[in-house]
Order: sequence, then structure tokens, then C-alpha cells
Amino acid sequence: MSLADQLAQYLVSGLVVGGVYALIGLGFVIVYGVTRIINFAQGEMVMLGALVMASLAARGLGLPLAFALTVLAAAVLGALLERLAVHPLRRAPALTLLIVTIGASIALRGAALIVWGTDPLAVPAFSAGPPLRLAGAMVVRQGLWVVAVAGVVFAALWVFFTRTYAGSAVRACAVSPRGARLMGIRVDRMFLLAFALAAALGATAGAVIAPITYATYDMGLMLGLKGFVAAVLGGLVSPAGAIAGGVLLGVLESLAAGLVSSGYKDAVAFVVLIGLCLLQVAGWLPWRLAEEG
Amino acid sequence: MHRLTTLLAILALALAPAPAAAPVAAAGPEPYTIGAIFSITGPGSSLGIPERDTALMLEADINARGGIKGPDGKLHPLKIVIYDDASDETKAVLAAKKLIDEDRVTAIVGTTLSGTSLAILDTVQKAGLPMVSVAAAAKIVEPAAERKWVFKTPQSDHLIVSVLTDYLKARGYQRVGWLNVDYAFGQLGWIEFEKAAQQRGLQIVANEKFGQKDVDMTAQLTRVKAANPQAVVIWSIPPSASIATRNYADLGIGLPLFHSHGVGNKRFIELAGPAANGVVFPVGKLLVAEQLDDADAQKPVLLAYAREFEARYGPRNTFGGHAWDAVQLVVRAMAAAGPDRARVRDAIESTRDFVGITGIFNFLPTDHNGLDRRAVTMVQIVDGQWRLAR
Amino acid sequence: MAARERWLVLLGVGLAVAVLPAAVTSGYVLSALVFIALNALCALGLSLVMGFAGQVSLGQAAFYAVGAYVSGILTAQHGWNPWLAMAAAVAAAVLLAVAVGLPIFRLSGLLLAMATLGFGVIVYYVLVNWAGVTGGPSGLGGIPPLVVAGIVFATDARMLWLTWAILLLALGLCGNLIDSRIGRALRAIHGSEAATAALGVDVARVKLAVFALAAGLTALAGSLYAHYVTFINPSPFGFAYSVELVVMVVLGGVASLWGAVLGAAVLVLLVEGLRAALPALALAHGAAEYEIVVFGLLLMLVMIFLPGGLTAVRRGTA
Repeated sequence: MSLADQLAQYLVSGLVVGGVYALIGLGFVIVYGVTRIINFAQGEMVMLGALVMASLAARGLGLPLAFALTVLAAAVLGALLERLAVHPLRRAPALTLLIVTIGASIALRGAALIVWGTDPLAVPAFSAGPPLRLAGAMVVRQGLWVVAVAGVVFAALWVFFTRTYAGSAVRACAVSPRGARLMGIRVDRMFLLAFALAAALGATAGAVIAPITYATYDMGLMLGLKGFVAAVLGGLVSPAGAIAGGVLLGVLESLAAGLVSSGYKDAVAFVVLIGLCLLQVAGWLPWRLAEEG
Repeated sequence: MHRLTTLLAILALALAPAPAAAPVAAAGPEPYTIGAIFSITGPGSSLGIPERDTALMLEADINARGGIKGPDGKLHPLKIVIYDDASDETKAVLAAKKLIDEDRVTAIVGTTLSGTSLAILDTVQKAGLPMVSVAAAAKIVEPAAERKWVFKTPQSDHLIVSVLTDYLKARGYQRVGWLNVDYAFGQLGWIEFEKAAQQRGLQIVANEKFGQKDVDMTAQLTRVKAANPQAVVIWSIPPSASIATRNYADLGIGLPLFHSHGVGNKRFIELAGPAANGVVFPVGKLLVAEQLDDADAQKPVLLAYAREFEARYGPRNTFGGHAWDAVQLVVRAMAAAGPDRARVRDAIESTRDFVGITGIFNFLPTDHNGLDRRAVTMVQIVDGQWRLAR
Repeated sequence: MAARERWLVLLGVGLAVAVLPAAVTSGYVLSALVFIALNALCALGLSLVMGFAGQVSLGQAAFYAVGAYVSGILTAQHGWNPWLAMAAAVAAAVLLAVAVGLPIFRLSGLLLAMATLGFGVIVYYVLVNWAGVTGGPSGLGGIPPLVVAGIVFATDARMLWLTWAILLLALGLCGNLIDSRIGRALRAIHGSEAATAALGVDVARVKLAVFALAAGLTALAGSLYAHYVTFINPSPFGFAYSVELVVMVVLGGVASLWGAVLGAAVLVLLVEGLRAALPALALAHGAAEYEIVVFGLLLMLVMIFLPGGLTAVRRGTA
């Protein structure tokens, strides 16, 4: 196996994993962009998406129907979370809201443990068939689905934010809630919309990645963490940034595992990420990695 | 001074005696109490829940028969107090102290994970009550001279690994690639494998790690493949073990693939799908109980446990079997020695030829695991089913 | 709170703790209080960083790990005196905090939080992978207990005295610090960094000093943990513990020293209380799945009804 083939494989694997992180990161961006809240429960939405998808698919529902129901259920849950826990705390400090979402994530994880147990569940790939070859590297078909869905979601978000009234209203809230209110925008509706949308996105991510990662009740914490890092790298308010951040993280991890040390791959990825942040602060980066939070 | 009063209130709360165990209403013989600590939540929960289920099942079965017949000739009801340690060392220590000081149990079964078992060792040794761990690490019971009160039921890694490496050598696989999950189970497997491979003249050409929560192991497997091994060993549990197995098939590596006893449940096969076919791994006999010789002393015990567990909870797995052995060891010891902690310890240590699920136990003052190589067999996955590999 | 009043309160709590083992013999209760003290020491450090330097650190578990591992390795493998090892552990953590803080405190807000998170992850993987020194994932045992003049701190009661004495002392000293000139600078930074800088305060240096102080306190707790449990492995020192510390600080009330203690106490008592309460509520015993659901919901409810944390009740800002 030539080094070029190995490198190609690391890059392709990293892109697929990066797509996973990017999809999850987008959920953080939606909530933070509108509400300035870091939703620690975002990873649990991914977990629920994967588990609900697994259960519905096992019941014999077709994949499209199962997918639609999964996303819908998550959106309702996200809206409930906003109404019951976030809405009463609109004026509380951001840290308080962070802890509320940590509480929500613990409760959701426990609930999933009760409902689904500890065994990982399998979800069939969206399109069956052997892996494909791409520039000497192997890529599973579901990996292409992940990348494609990340692309579609990104495009849909772009259209939503820039071409629809609701989208501009959401953006207005992000820039200035007070100003938005003065312009007649119902800010609390926008909060609700953001949470529902983010939960739906998280569940979408979960449903799409489940055929690759399987579905378990405790998958949310680690995936949420990776998605959060992806989103922060992209400035936490920009969908394009989250995509770039996710791909950067995924490729870094894969290259670190392949070329440096598999035991230290997460550590190596963070060393590089922190280094990049510092370079940016020093003004030595030719591009903008992230906004200062 | 409000803060002070709040703090004092908290302290008072902590001091409030835990709701005392209700005195036995019926005037029958006092119950025999065993404590159990399992990882019912947290990363160890896929092991801890079948262990908890098995303990509950045994408690119900024994009480349905009237309880444990003690040395006084009376039937004592069995009470198992079960706590969750959430796979967390601190919570395990507190759970152990609660069992010892508040519930006043005679013995402790558990914990699920090696880390939590090692964390409560000191507490248990100082308190002077027997503990039968269901975690794997040999360090839990070695050196036996410093582990007077501690026993364990799962096979130690060196037993498992010696059977596997003999199998590899017998089939002429000289160059082996290795991957393990980066927590205690994987590390201990690696330490033993490195030793055993050296003794047998096997060459380890690649040594890679991955995380239990990783979503893709193709990078590590690509490295292993590039090192040109003749066979590959993966030491982990599902789901990461299943993901690695599928990645292995997707990459088209095509070499013989070996796993550890960590994949000894049906879920591994369901998750990995066709990629699991051909995988060979060392494990206890429970999985292939039906295929054992009728002369095998363990066969009836294994079949009875498997049938009952599967009727109540779902597919059998070796973890529940470890808990079955641990609870039965303590119960047998209490039947012989009553509820006295020190006597129960001595009774466990003098257990001979106890036919359990994991193997046939023969404890010695120098061996608190009590198992030998007969407790390990090689199993191959063929068409999604376990087959005894001869 | 005036300095005199504060020290009197601390003395009162100290006396209560001192006589406690005479009244309570259950090692379980004493041990729960020991763990509360260890958590409180870590939370105290983090509350300084969050409440007074205005920065969230998601990597405090790394300093807890440094304290525990430096102590554990030096005593169990190199035969050091435990007290000497403890001093070395604290010094190592402070040095590490300065070395790491110098570059990453150039970041702020979310990027700083992410950088500290990354720092925690890096330290965790060092513990896991540097097996020759740290023992790797399966840990390091045989750590000796602390000894003073022939008195071995191996019982729960003695560890209770030691940990609470250290905690109360730390509380008192941190209280003094906050009342001092440095403390005023800290609070000013939390208010407005630019304005403080304009007054001639070296904001970066003050923040770094607080970070180092927090690291030292946390490492002290880690060292005590190692000598108490006598076995250490990486899993108590992961990301989850860093998050738990943030929860303790916010739960108790950011910018309140007693809040950190309260938050630590409530978190431990909540878990242990649920363990006792749920079976009593006739849920099947061993049904720990329900405990974590109730725990999560309670955490949410507390924050919804006391958004300023538990100590905000007194300040009337709830």
C-alpha cells in the first residue's frame, strides 16, 4: 500500500467524519446565533435522532418516512425544551442557561437509557452496496450521504437566512434582540424557532450518521463535544464556518491517527486547533478562523 | 449569617441517618444481606445492566425456594442491595462505604469495571469484608497476599490471551497486527498480548489504538494494513468493535480477523452484519453451551442459566454469567458459614470444584480467581452464529 | 462579610466538623463529606476564575489530574514523602497553569473556553497513553496515605479533619484576597476589562495569577484524592469532571466563595440522596436509570427557580 494511497484514505475518512461533526456543529450555530445560548443538549438531539431512526426503521417503516418522523419528533422536543426551560430564563445569565441545558442533556440521556437500554442499535444504510473507490481510497456509500446531507442542509440554511422573511427575522434577533423587537419581530417566537430547528438538525445528523456509528444512548456527549468544537472554530454564528470547522477537525483527527499516533489523535487535533486560534489572535492567519466570542 | 445556616442545614442533611432498613416484619430468621455495585449507568452500563438483571434473577429464584439454608439449619431470605456507581470511581467508593457502614452487608459483589474495583480495594480491605469482583483486571486479585478479602470471577486476561496466542501460533500466523480500545480493557489486553506474543515468537507489526466513542477506525486500519500482517487482532467491545470490524471489511483487508471476549454478545454480530462472519475470538463456554460435549460438567449449568436469562431479559452474554458466579459464590459461602464476614471470606477461599458459568472455580490462598485454561474456548462466527472452533 | 466575621464563621464550621466524627461513625457519611471538601476546593478555584476573572475554564480536571498523578507517581513509584510530593504536585500545577495560561489567555470568551477544553483533553490523553509513567487506563495503585508525626491519615474521620481544615483555610485566605487591592482589581475586570486596563492594572497578569491560584487549589485537592483513595486512573479526570465543576460553581452562585462549597455539597448530596430516596419511593431497587433522569430534571428546576444560584437567595437577586 503506497503512501499516496494511505494519504488519500486518511483524507477521505477525515472528510466523512468531518461531515458528521459539521452537521452537528450547525445545530450549535443556529441556537447560539439567535439566542447566544450554548445548547449543551445538542448532542442528545443527535443521539435521539439516531435511536428513534433505528426504532422506526426496525418497525419496517420505509427510510424516508422514518426519517421524516424522526426529524419532526425532535423539532417538537426542541420546542418543548425552549418553552419549558429556556423561555422562563430569558433574562438569566448565559451560564445559568448552559447549566439548564446540561441538566436537560443528563435527563434525556437517562430517559434514552430507560427506553432503549444500553445495547447499540443498527440502522440500515440509505443505499445498499459495497464501498466505492475514490482516488485510491475506500469510501462507504453512507459517507457520501453524510457529505450530501451536510451540503443540502447548509444550502437550505443559506436560503432560509438570506432569502426568507423568517430567516432575516432570525438574523435580526441575532444581531440585536432589542432592535428586532422594535421592528415588530416576535423575538420569543424566534427563540422557539431556533430551538426547534436546531433539534431537527441534530436529529437529522443522528439519523444520517447512525448507519455508520450505530445508535447508543450515550453517543451524544462525545459527538456534541466534537460538534461544539467545529462550531466554535467557525465562529459559532456562521453555518459556513461550522462546515469548515467540522471538516478541519475531522481531517486533522484522521491525519493525526494515520501519520502521528492513534492514541494521541484527539490531543494532536487540539494542539493544532489551539495553535491556529493563537496564530489568529496574533494576526498571522491569512483567513479568519473564528470570531472572538 | 444566612449562608452559614444554609451550610449547617446541608451538613445536618448529610448527618440525618439514612432511612434505616425496615425491621423484618415477620418473625422469621433474619435475612442474609449481600451488597452489589454495578455500573448501571455510564460507559460500563452495557456490562452492568445484565449483571444487575442476573443478580435480581438469582435473588428472586433463591427466595422462591425459601431462601438460603444457613449453618443454623434455618432458611434465611436473601436480600441483595444493589447500587449504581455510574462507572465512576468516587461514586463506587461511596457506594462501598454505604454498603459496609449503613446496610451492613456481609459481602460485596462487583464492581463492573476494573477501575472502580481497584478504587474500592482499599476500603474493602480495611473494612474486612469479602468482595467478589466481576471486573477483568488481574491486578484486582494479585498479588493474592495483599488481596486477602478480594476475589473475582471473570477470566484474567492472561488466560484469554494465552489461548488466543496458542491458536495463532498453531495456525502459523507469525506477523500480527494489533488494535485496542484506549481504556483499561484494551490496555490490559495489550500488555498480556505483548508478553504472550514474545514468549511464542510472534511478531507484532502494528499497534494502534482507538476510542470507544470514535465513529471511524479506517485511519488506524489503513496503518495496520500497510504493515503487512498475516492476521489482525482487535481488542474492544461493541459498538467500537463492530465499527472496526465493518471498516475492516470495507477496506477489503481480507486477512483473518481475531477479536477478544469483549465481543461475546449477539449485538456484535447484529451490528457488524456480514462483516462479522469469519471472526474468531477466545471466550467462556456460555455462548456455545448447546455445542459442548454432554460430558462437559458445565453444560447443564450453562443451559439452565441461558434459558432462564433469555426468557426474562434477552440474549445471553458472558457479563451476566460473571455476576451469576459471584452471587452464587457468596450464597454458597453464606450457606456454609452464616452472615459472618470473616467466615464467609474463608468459605469463599476454600471453594473447590464450583461449577459456574465462567468456568470451574478452585480458589486457593494464592489464587483468588480460581480458573484455568479450561474456562476459555475459541469461537468462530459462521453465518451470523457462534460455532465452537476446534 | 468583614474579615473578622468571616474567620469566626470558618472557625465555627471547623469546630462542627471537628466534633462530627464523635457523633457519626458511619464511614459513608464521613467519606461523602471528604469528597464534598475535595470538590469544593476545585470549585473554589474555578469560581475565582469564573466569578472574578470572568473566564470559563472547561479544563480544570486537568489540574486535578496533575495533583493526583504527581503525588501518586512520586510516592508510589519513587518513594517520596507524601507531603513533599503534595508540594511538588501543587508547584507543578501552578507552573503548568502559567505555561499554558501565558499563550491561551490571549484568547477570550468562547475561544478561551475551547482552548481550556482542549488543554483538558490533551492532559487526559497523556494520562491514558503515557502508560510507562502513569499506569495508563488501568491506573496506578499502592499510593501511601499521608502521615503527620506518626498519625496516619488513613481513616475517614482523619481525612475529614484534614480536608476540611484545608478547605476552610483556603476559603479564608481567598476571602482575604478578594477584599484586598488585587480583589478589587479582579472585580473590576469582571465589570469592564477596558476600564480596568485604563486604570493601569495589568489585566492579563492578574487573570493569569488567578488561573494559577485556581490550578494550585485544584491540584491540592487532586493530591488529597490520591492519598485518600490510594488508587488513581484517568477516568475521574476527564471532560465530564470539568463540566461538573462548572455546574457546581453556577449552581452555588458565580462570584461567591461559599457558593462553590454549597454547589459541591449539593451535587454530592443530590446523587447520594437519590440513591437512598428512589428505592424508598417504591421504584425497583437498583433502578439507577431513574436516578439520573431525576438528577437532570432537578438540576434544571433549581436553575429555573434560582437562576442566580443557591447563594443568590440571600443576596436577594434571585
